[in-house]
Amino acid sequence: MIQLILFAIVTATAFYLAGRNFLKIRRNILLGKDEPEHSSTASSGERWRNVLLVAFGQKKMFSRPIPAIFHFFIYAAFLLTQVELLEIFVDGFTGKHRAFSGALGGFYTFIISLIELLSLLAFVATVIFLARRNVLKISRFQKPEMKGWPSKDANLILFGEILLLTGIFSMNGADTVLQSMGAEHYPQAGPFLVSSSLGPALFGGMSEGALVAIERFGWWLHALTVFGFMVYLAYSKHLHIFLAFPNTYYARINPRGEVANMPAIQKEVASMMNPEAAPPPTPEGGAEGELSFGANDVTKLHWQDLMAAYTCTECGRCTSVCPANITGKKLSPRKIMMDVRDRLEEVGRNMDAQKSSTPIDDGKTLFDYISREEIHACTTCNACVEACPVLINPLDIILQLRRHEILMESAGPSDWLPLFNSLENSQAAWAVSTERDGWKRLV
Amino acid sequence: MSSIKTMAELAAEGRTPEVLFWVGCAGSFDDRAQRVTVAFAKLLQQAGVEFGILGQEEACTGDPARRAGNEFLFQMLAQQNVAVMNMYEVKRIVTACPHCFNTLKNEYPALGGNYEVMHHTQFLQQLLADGRLKIEGGQFKGKKITYHDSCYLGRANGVYEAPRAVLQALDADLVEMKRCRTNGLCCGAGGAQMWKEDEPGDKRINMERTEEALATGAEIVAVNCPFCMTMMSDGVKAKEQQERVMVYDLAELILNNRG
Repeated sequence: MIQLILFAIVTATAFYLAGRNFLKIRRNILLGKDEPEHSSTASSGERWRNVLLVAFGQKKMFSRPIPAIFHFFIYAAFLLTQVELLEIFVDGFTGKHRAFSGALGGFYTFIISLIELLSLLAFVATVIFLARRNVLKISRFQKPEMKGWPSKDANLILFGEILLLTGIFSMNGADTVLQSMGAEHYPQAGPFLVSSSLGPALFGGMSEGALVAIERFGWWLHALTVFGFMVYLAYSKHLHIFLAFPNTYYARINPRGEVANMPAIQKEVASMMNPEAAPPPTPEGGAEGELSFGANDVTKLHWQDLMAAYTCTECGRCTSVCPANITGKKLSPRKIMMDVRDRLEEVGRNMDAQKSSTPIDDGKTLFDYISREEIHACTTCNACVEACPVLINPLDIILQLRRHEILMESAGPSDWLPLFNSLENSQAAWAVSTERDGWKRLV
Repeated sequence: MSSIKTMAELAAEGRTPEVLFWVGCAGSFDDRAQRVTVAFAKLLQQAGVEFGILGQEEACTGDPARRAGNEFLFQMLAQQNVAVMNMYEVKRIVTACPHCFNTLKNEYPALGGNYEVMHHTQFLQQLLADGRLKIEGGQFKGKKITYHDSCYLGRANGVYEAPRAVLQALDADLVEMKRCRTNGLCCGAGGAQMWKEDEPGDKRINMERTEEALATGAEIVAVNCPFCMTMMSDGVKAKEQQERVMVYDLAELILNNRG
């Protein structure tokens, strides 16, 4: 009875805290702009295809097979363990034990055995992942933006994974021994693949009281780790377990090379070039009629970009293929995504502090996080976009920042002034005195 | 043989060419890229392709302006180009620059410019496949050639095989760099970097790529982009390998092969 009440209290608290966090994330994401030209005309069929292949099927992960396989173990274990988690809820609220075993019979034994197999593989994967970060020190995990909290965050999650697996195996292991003793309240649920040997090896010969204590410890450890993870999720880089799905759905399907059009400027230039044909442009950018092009802050980015920032799990595949980063420049596409999220959370915190439903002007912008030097180093090569396993597009954000710099601040690299001048004056990328078809003489 | 006509001249004669050859700024003004323009024009003539150019009526597509963030300038150039091409009722375009290719193909439709756009490597592959252009000689037979994927033909537009098919037709020994196709490393020129100094770092991007190309042991680095051409040629020179390793555009390789 005490366990039932405790479970109810813990569950309610966890769902309340997690729900509150997720609503805040949703609110933050929706601070972004919604622009039709950002979303392509692609059919929802194509979008669902991305969700299935890229998010569910992990297609892009497998361009690097070794981490992909280990990640797949954890992913598959996570998916399947939901069955066990569901049972934990049923047991937790009804006071039953292994409520599904009676109804499912032999299939139950099979499912739990499969969970055990994947959990064992996930355990191996977790140890390898910890080693890759802390012993092998794979370079993409050691970049400057990973110092401090991001590295701790990654290790904490892996540590949590080990706690969870410890919970599963102590629960199932003790249970197996209790079943073989014919203990009351522990129905025969069949031999589980791993616990049938691991259980007796670890816990064989213990008293029934000790075994029940271990089984309960495992059960509660499993449940509490899951609840803890649920609440912790919002503060960590691990939201990709949910957001990878909407993020792949809403990802741009347009050709990679296409930079999104700006209809407001298109119209203005059209009326400039042909004043009779086009109606005068109407100012865009909010009710105040204030013109704003590009983005200097998160609220001027598209909501898809903001969702992408929450989706990023900081794996650094983008940064490890970025030509600028490879050659020692400050630009790191992963840092762009981390900065967008950090700034967005700051904007959200300011709103919370002032109990405001709209963003507060705190005198800061995204440029307080992302330096000019970073956005100027981009070659728009799309390597980061290609590399991302969940279809995040850091390039789109860099281009929005560049647009703001040039169009709103008339700033930007001074090296570009001759380029702009010659494009404006002679419609050519270089100021040249020769004729465009001078080469004809050489044919 | 200088019978290359502008669209204006052709229109005056009441003729519509098979294709518009979009030359681009680099192909028009850069000395090295100009030689690629000449090579490709010669190949078009040899294959009997009737083509026109815009000549003085061609303006920069606006690619570097848009990527630098200067959308006003992009729109001015692009809308002017669209107006000119629509006036001549252009249907098909071929260009030897993947940046022009990408902008014409992917960004002009939103401005009312809808054309079938081909990169010259795709066009050459088709001419070879149709038998309109034949590989003669065998100057490159067994020669080690490495191919550098440009970002705007490769990742931006997914064209990886057409240029390789052209190289295969030369009977050359194609050796791939470790980073190729979707993983190809940029030469460092895109995103309007061509017109500015590098941001502070350890190394120039073209040196990183050139070292990778040289490591293949190839005698020829084949490129498909005038900017990659500049970057890779500079890299080879900086490594003092210009006596041993040449950087060529695919069009030049085919033309040379024909003697």
